[in-house]
Amino acid sequence: MAVVVLEPPQRRPADWIGLAFRGLRQLPLLPSIILAILLITAIFADIIAPHPPTRGDLQQSLRPPVWIGESVSETRTVVAGRAADFLTQISVAEAQKEIEDGDARVAGGGELAPGAELEFLRQGGSWEYILGADLQGRDVLSRVIHGTRPSLIVSIIAILVAGSIGTTIGLIAGFRGGLADAILMRLTDIVLSIPLILIAVVIAAITEPSLQNIIIIIGLLLWPRFARQVRGETLALKSQDFVARAVVAGSSGLRISLKHVLPNIVPSLLVISTLQVGYVILLEGSLSFLGVGVPPPQPAWGLMIAEGRGLLQTAWWTALFPGIAMALTVLAVNLFGDWLRDKLDPRLRQI
Amino acid sequence: MTRYIALRFLQAIISLLVVMTIVFMLSRLSGDPVQLLADISASEEQMEAIRRDLGLDRPLAVQWVNYVRDMLVFDLGESVTSRQPVRELIWQRLPNTLQLGFAAMAISIFIGLPIGIYAAVHRGSRLDGVARLFAVLGQSMPSFWLGVLLILIFAVILGVLPPGGKESPTSIILPAFSMGYLTTAAIMRLTRSSMLDVLNAEYIKLARIKGLSETKVIWKHALKNSLIPVITFSVVLFTLFLGAAVVTETVFSWPGLGSLILDGVRTRDYPLIQGGVVVFSAIYILANLLVDILYGYLDPRIRLA
Repeated sequence: MAVVVLEPPQRRPADWIGLAFRGLRQLPLLPSIILAILLITAIFADIIAPHPPTRGDLQQSLRPPVWIGESVSETRTVVAGRAADFLTQISVAEAQKEIEDGDARVAGGGELAPGAELEFLRQGGSWEYILGADLQGRDVLSRVIHGTRPSLIVSIIAILVAGSIGTTIGLIAGFRGGLADAILMRLTDIVLSIPLILIAVVIAAITEPSLQNIIIIIGLLLWPRFARQVRGETLALKSQDFVARAVVAGSSGLRISLKHVLPNIVPSLLVISTLQVGYVILLEGSLSFLGVGVPPPQPAWGLMIAEGRGLLQTAWWTALFPGIAMALTVLAVNLFGDWLRDKLDPRLRQI
Repeated sequence: MTRYIALRFLQAIISLLVVMTIVFMLSRLSGDPVQLLADISASEEQMEAIRRDLGLDRPLAVQWVNYVRDMLVFDLGESVTSRQPVRELIWQRLPNTLQLGFAAMAISIFIGLPIGIYAAVHRGSRLDGVARLFAVLGQSMPSFWLGVLLILIFAVILGVLPPGGKESPTSIILPAFSMGYLTTAAIMRLTRSSMLDVLNAEYIKLARIKGLSETKVIWKHALKNSLIPVITFSVVLFTLFLGAAVVTETVFSWPGLGSLILDGVRTRDYPLIQGGVVVFSAIYILANLLVDILYGYLDPRIRLA
């Protein structure tokens, strides 16, 4: 009788390095670069940001980005004696003071005399404040840099919360079946049919706005997406041979769920989580924009866009740059998620 | 089918009850409502009287039952800030929200459908690529930021459209576009993939073998069948617009239900928040119910993921 010796496949340490290297080479370039920059920015925000994000210098209020030069904000006619109309006229003495302060100049470079036109200057950009400053004179770039933090923290922790709740419920529903399944899945349907943002707005408005509360709210509202997927996969796995054998071998339900089913769901969990990050960043942004998310004066992209919305006429840069940062981040995360899905679990394409 | 509808209907009612209960609980969590209603100088007896008037001295379960009953007959109370009945405030704002939703729907369909058809017929062409890029970008763009950008470009720089409010007939263009942008991409992708499915079907091959012109194949045979999922999806769009209403209406100061609720949130006007959220959720849940029934009816294979 021939004896077959089954030798477990050996994996040498070098294999892991090779595998990691190959994996790295296959990473989608652009999204990975953006995400890497983002992570570094979030971690080292204090070192990278040129100015403190919450303290402003009123001298710098509404300073435009560096590439925008000085511009004339208004002109007034210089008059002898007191100005009768403050909006269109100015006295010689006051004009003299404005010129000395560097806030104004005489149009055409002429002499300061009654009848001349005085041009008030809006300061141009400087390298000190590359992307300009907001109303309180806070550096927009520094705030955009620090704004990566709440976005990433909220999305990562909220997804961990939602993922744990959803996975637990999905596992129980799928594995137990019967009444537990019926109740849990109806609960999932109900949460899915509620207008999410609206409820989030109201809850956030009633509880004190804070990072912690946003995380809890988003986590509590997002779990059904995970529960549905996990339940479906658990049902599919349950009918497979290795689970049946584990049952025969006397494993408990808990042990089978955790040891045999869960590890097989991990790839799709990873994919869904990544695909949800972009959504959560947008959700947190919306809440902050509506004034019920990250409380001011903390730097958050949504909050900055809300502040900039009222300043569009004079200071478009306050709303533009945080939006670009946000759109780029979400784009990178989505592209990365798409890549991960195609890699790990192409069946999830529908989602 | 009847059983399916009945089950969905029951579920919709439970969903609404859940929303009502959440709102009810929140109102009890947010502190003593009597202190919000009474004058600062009100004595202990006066506050007690108000409490009795509102039934707040009753057990919580009784309060809940009364509250649900009031909600069901649209007795939504009086706004604390404007002293007007909440029902009337909602009644004034609701048409605007629906109007905005329909406008956004029209934009998505009128732009998304033709591009989707074109992208499917000319698969791999440059426009197909551009259309897909447009879809990816649309998914990543924060809608409120898109709104701000639109205001910046069309109202501040070009000055051709009003930045917000609802004073002129053109006021609706920017908010409707900012809402419809994302769904335009969705309609486009859906039309494209459904059209591609149909174009690969046997009966299309037959039509071609028969010698029909390509125009006739596409417009007479392919389009009709590929439109079914698109039309059904249009109803889904409406629920998406309702979900986006709070944000978009706020960006453009559009006087709809969403911005009304947010005003209530800002002024801590509890009856207003309560009535607004319940009415809004009821519409949202009803629209979702319609979607489910429509999907179940038209194509039993399709179930929302």
